[in-house]
Amino acid sequence: MDLKIDALTHRYGPTEVLADINLVIPTGRIICVVGPSGCGKSTLLRFIGGLEQPTSGQVLQLSDPPADSLNPFTFVFQDFALLPWRTVDGNVRLVLEDHGLGKSVVDRIVTDVLARTKLADFADALPKNLSGGMKQRVAIARALAVRPAVWLMDEPLSALDAQTRELLMDDLVGLWLRQPFTAVYVTHNLAEAVRLGHRIVVLSRRPGKIRKIIDIDVPLGDRHAGDAALTEIEQELWHLMRDEAEAADQELIT
Amino acid sequence: MNKPVPYRGGGFRPTRIRGLGLFVFIALLLIAEWGTRAGWITNLTLPRPSDVIRTLYDLAASGMLWTHLGPSLGRLAVGAFLGAGVGVLVGVAIGLSSVMRAGLVPLVAALFPIPKIALLPLFVIWFGIDEMSKYALIAFGTFTPTVVATYGAVDNVDRTLISMGQSFGLTRASIIRKIVLPGAMPGILSGLRISLAIAIILLTAAEMIGAEYGIGAYILQAGALYDLERLFAGVAMLSFLGVSLSFVLGKIEAHVLRWRI
Repeated sequence: MDLKIDALTHRYGPTEVLADINLVIPTGRIICVVGPSGCGKSTLLRFIGGLEQPTSGQVLQLSDPPADSLNPFTFVFQDFALLPWRTVDGNVRLVLEDHGLGKSVVDRIVTDVLARTKLADFADALPKNLSGGMKQRVAIARALAVRPAVWLMDEPLSALDAQTRELLMDDLVGLWLRQPFTAVYVTHNLAEAVRLGHRIVVLSRRPGKIRKIIDIDVPLGDRHAGDAALTEIEQELWHLMRDEAEAADQELIT
Repeated sequence: MNKPVPYRGGGFRPTRIRGLGLFVFIALLLIAEWGTRAGWITNLTLPRPSDVIRTLYDLAASGMLWTHLGPSLGRLAVGAFLGAGVGVLVGVAIGLSSVMRAGLVPLVAALFPIPKIALLPLFVIWFGIDEMSKYALIAFGTFTPTVVATYGAVDNVDRTLISMGQSFGLTRASIIRKIVLPGAMPGILSGLRISLAIAIILLTAAEMIGAEYGIGAYILQAGALYDLERLFAGVAMLSFLGVSLSFVLGKIEAHVLRWRI
């Protein structure tokens, strides 16, 4: 399912947050959105996911989502958003309960997604007993369970340490290679963007505007940390963002 | 020079010491016993703890203990269940609906500081001198603190969890039942602790005004005769009731909130 963001502008009171965003999100691609803090990149994601409404402009679906998708627009949150009173199994089950699927179908989906995220042995663990990386894998399993048409990932690896981040990036690439999915991936981490993004959208400081769109042709499976071509793109991105990041850092938060 | 760096950490972290609470309690009783026996506490100041215990024993042996305790427990159970139950419902409604919040929060704030005991004559007129007025007093007294604790707890439920529920297309009923209520449970339970203590206070007050049997009536009779042994026996029952309820609530908390860190 292709998406089109059409002339989207948003204001919080007198403050313009996003200005005239036009963007196409093609099926089966990962679009990374990067930008200095406070540029409205997470807000953009909430518009795409239908959790907020823009002041003007709209997000258009160019076709119907696949019939088997239970929740076409599915978020993966930075702070995992797991219910602490439910086990790993229960957290995945939560998002299937309102669809009237029947117990055997739900059981099959839960077993399948837990196996795909290497969590089969931890089905009965509570979130408080899991590491950050495991928690985010539960959140990914939960998202897989509803067969999203578009993944909306809001800094999914930002709360994790550098090593865990590497491992989870490999997991995400593995999942995509097995079955390509469409994703909008918001991050401030440029290394993540060049590892996971087919297309990188650079937003400017508030009000967020699209400054540049960079396509990376290297297939996801062939990208590795420290790759010369990727490092060069990362440098280019940093060059684009440096001054703005500095200015954003100096700004008072309103 | 060669000496270890001075240690400046530690403390500020409560550790569990078993049995010390019981020891303080027993030590105080022993001091009172010693004082009353030795004579430096007169019988008019404080009854002898052993006499109070004997009074309690006689009360239990004659079957009168249950005659007084039974009705009290019934009133407490019905009144507190009504008050806390309706309180949780109204609290959740206020937490979820802006209309309810705007309409009811000022009302609750106006009702909260009223000493409910002052309203007992009114309840007697409305509900009669029988059980209903006692239920109403206890229910009304537990209602307001439960409402305040509940809507505070609902307000404190992690908004990202609700956002998550919405983003996965959960129904409103599912979000309330599976996210808001469990998330508010810690706050609701700690509110319940306060409500139940208030319920015991109001129970005694109600029974002092119009009841034949009940712990409050028993204490009132004893007080009118300056029978300090029986007065203290009654007070000990109330205290024991409070400790038991608190213990039960602690067990419920440990079970319901075992997901907490």
